[in-house]
Amino acid sequence: MANWTEIAKLEDIPKLGARVLKMDSVDIALFRTATDEVFAIKDQCPHKQGPLSQGIVHGSSVTCPLHNWKIDLASGEALGPDEGCVNTYEVKVENGNVYLALSADDVAVA
Amino acid sequence: MKEKLVLIGNGMAGVRTLEELLKITPDHYDITVFGAEPYGNYNRIMLSPLLAGEKTVDDIMLNGEQWYIDNGITLHKGKTVTQIDRVNRKVIADDGTTAHYDRLLLATGSNPFVIPVPGKDKVGVIAFRDIQDVYNMLTAARDYKKAVVIGGGLLGLEAANGLMKQGMDVTVVHLLDSLMERQLDKVASALLKASLEERGMQFLMEAATQEIIGNGRVQGVRFKDGSEIKADLVVMGVGIVPNTALAQDAGLHCERGIVVDDVMQTFDPRIYAVGECAQHRGIAYGLVAPLFEQGKVAANQLAKLGYAHYKGSVTSTKLKVTGIDLFSAGEFNQAEGDEVIVLQDAAAGTYKKLVIRDDCVKGAVLYGDTIDGTWYFQLMREGTSIADFRKTILFGQHDLGDAGHGDETRVMALSDEAEICGCNGVCKGDIIQAISREGLFTLDDVRAYTKASSSCGSCTGLVEALLASTVGEGYDASPNKKPMCKCTEYSHDEVIAAIKENELKTIPVVRDFLNWETPDGCAACRPALNYYLLAYWPGEYQDDAQSRFINERAHGNIQKDGTYSVIPRIFGGETSAEQLMSLGRIAKKWKVPTVKFTGGQRIDMLGLKKDELPGIWGDLADAGFVSGHAYGKALRTVKTCVGSEWCRFGTQDSTALGIKLEEMTWGSWMPHKYKLAVSGCPRNCAEATIKDFGVVCVDSGYELHVGGNGGIKVRVTDFLCKVETEEEVMEYVGAFSQLYREEAHYLERTAPWLERVSLSYIKERIVEDEDGRKALYERFKYSQQFAQTDPWKARAEGVEAHEFTPLQIQG
Repeated sequence: MANWTEIAKLEDIPKLGARVLKMDSVDIALFRTATDEVFAIKDQCPHKQGPLSQGIVHGSSVTCPLHNWKIDLASGEALGPDEGCVNTYEVKVENGNVYLALSADDVAVA
Repeated sequence: MKEKLVLIGNGMAGVRTLEELLKITPDHYDITVFGAEPYGNYNRIMLSPLLAGEKTVDDIMLNGEQWYIDNGITLHKGKTVTQIDRVNRKVIADDGTTAHYDRLLLATGSNPFVIPVPGKDKVGVIAFRDIQDVYNMLTAARDYKKAVVIGGGLLGLEAANGLMKQGMDVTVVHLLDSLMERQLDKVASALLKASLEERGMQFLMEAATQEIIGNGRVQGVRFKDGSEIKADLVVMGVGIVPNTALAQDAGLHCERGIVVDDVMQTFDPRIYAVGECAQHRGIAYGLVAPLFEQGKVAANQLAKLGYAHYKGSVTSTKLKVTGIDLFSAGEFNQAEGDEVIVLQDAAAGTYKKLVIRDDCVKGAVLYGDTIDGTWYFQLMREGTSIADFRKTILFGQHDLGDAGHGDETRVMALSDEAEICGCNGVCKGDIIQAISREGLFTLDDVRAYTKASSSCGSCTGLVEALLASTVGEGYDASPNKKPMCKCTEYSHDEVIAAIKENELKTIPVVRDFLNWETPDGCAACRPALNYYLLAYWPGEYQDDAQSRFINERAHGNIQKDGTYSVIPRIFGGETSAEQLMSLGRIAKKWKVPTVKFTGGQRIDMLGLKKDELPGIWGDLADAGFVSGHAYGKALRTVKTCVGSEWCRFGTQDSTALGIKLEEMTWGSWMPHKYKLAVSGCPRNCAEATIKDFGVVCVDSGYELHVGGNGGIKVRVTDFLCKVETEEEVMEYVGAFSQLYREEAHYLERTAPWLERVSLSYIKERIVEDEDGRKALYERFKYSQQFAQTDPWKARAEGVEAHEFTPLQIQG
């Protein structure tokens, strides 16, 4: 069952930027768009495992810093002719706090 | 309710326009398409390879029927529109189908020109225009032997070649005395004729057709001089005429084509026209390339953005006959007063001719070796002055083909397995396949699909050549300017000018002012805009971290495993026992996995985790080091040799001068990385002649060299001038650096910049204009006041802490 876990304040994540949540099993990148939408995806490009959190954010996508793949933040899908997909996580913002839906397993290993 | 858009003509121009429109605004219109042919949209320029048996119909399809379904477009294929009712705004097809429109797009293309001679309607007389014509020719080739092609132009020769490949005896009949006279001069034309004759093609030159003879089916052709030739098949390949009948009946103003203005609008403001049926500024283009630009403009207007304008196209031609390399562009026959540069090697079968006017390329004809066609075409479109390299221009652009393919430049002669892009491991076969299969026309398309030339870019010339030879004249090299990125129509130069002239001082203001198509730009334009604003408004503009590539945002080079490298600055490459001991102590403390000397005379510590960076930077700052900016589009290193202090050959103190130069220039942001060197004598141990700015000390002073590059393509510097004092060296370095900072495009090294603007221009600004040079130097020094704060120390003290700290689960 999903478990809403408080991760950060919205202002902790720079606009058009990202922060990383490091856990034992996975690194999750949290992105904030210009319109204050927040997305959470696995911090690993489907192409060559580049850290997506380090890319440039535009619209609701991010460009991977290693080889310029564009990833849609909502779906985790590679855009354009590239093919590949990265895990996404449910995320919500309430009262300026960012919550991530982590499974019990995720939290246990955190 | 959505507005209704009707497209008449299901060919390349119309559908390309729809694609552009759907990219901008997918939901604005209900779209209906009428096409007279019973197919989806196919690549008409591939009809020649289809006839020659080198491609299949499936290979040349651009948009299958699924595409129309996916995009919610109603397709009426096999229906010919016979009437446009402009009063009631509807179109009516031959089977009675009607469709209403709010906007109408005409892309009716052109018809083959059939010479009006008796017998032109006999069975076995056909044109070369659509898939059906190709089928007719293929059928005829199976049952008959003798073909006559009327017309020795591009169209006729491609048809003749295809029929020959299908096993027919082919004679080409041409009215004039040289083939392809609209694309070739006489010399190239004769070479082409000889080469085609060698393959078995026959020619009747200066032959005027009088009548096509035969009982029922064609049996031969009779000429004005009374002679006759046998024929089982006659192909009219004389040319094409814009198909304006429908527009004319509807009362639209037509001349040779349907007359349109710079927004592709006809005289009825609800009706637009694109492609071969349209006539723009007096020209109806018979080639495919211009339609890409026209389509973009029409789409921009249909989407009601209204800022794109079409200004006409410069076109080039390639003959799509396998094994014949031929390229032509512009005014290839010289006018009075023009200069001509010619290289002719009969034994090698090559001929190159350039027509030059006022130091600019005005036209080119290449035969046998066309690899540099795209380069000459680019020089022509951009109006680049060739004064500085006219001596070698015919030998070609030397930076073609460096990534592992040495001097192999005849790209079509390479095997399919030959690696074109060494960075991404893309072979020639992959690229050609992608171009045909996906229907790619632009370099950007090829980059997106294959990744070829999308990394270091050194194989761009090869990829462009492949593109040009695979799609022939459809290759979209036509834009006179290259937009900065997909978010805008404007070029780098236009953006720079707008920033300067209108005092635009933030990225959102620039985007608003120039009508950016995306809300936050993209990974290409944001760093560029950030740089331009930093360069023009030093001290005023607030650097935007989120518009910087990760290396510059994190002040370290990201490595393949996501760790970073740290390279402290070692001024002039001169260090000391104390410095080395501090570095050793710090490397040990942080358990740096790899410590390595760089090529720029300093020390690289590799493998640091991002959250360790502020810590090690703090230790380095305490030991007196600042950032080496080894990660930035910035001043990197000033390499030096030991010079007169120790060396028995040294003429000046090159090390001390190098240190002074690095102290002056460190911290400055540049369009790209930027390296200096100072050598103490002409033996040049600091390799100053492959740097962006190189100083070679001589007994009587200092030789200054600019525009070198030791990377992808080694380029030796050009000699700028000689000066006598160290103070002058500082002034020239500062001025040159500032000129580069202010005028080069973002991500353009000094070498291509210098080649683009010419060495004479740089001499004019730096050497001849003393006041201008001093002003540039002052601006450089002014800008440096704001640039020379160590970013490492600041971050060690807590600036941008979020960048280096991972999040934690709360509570």
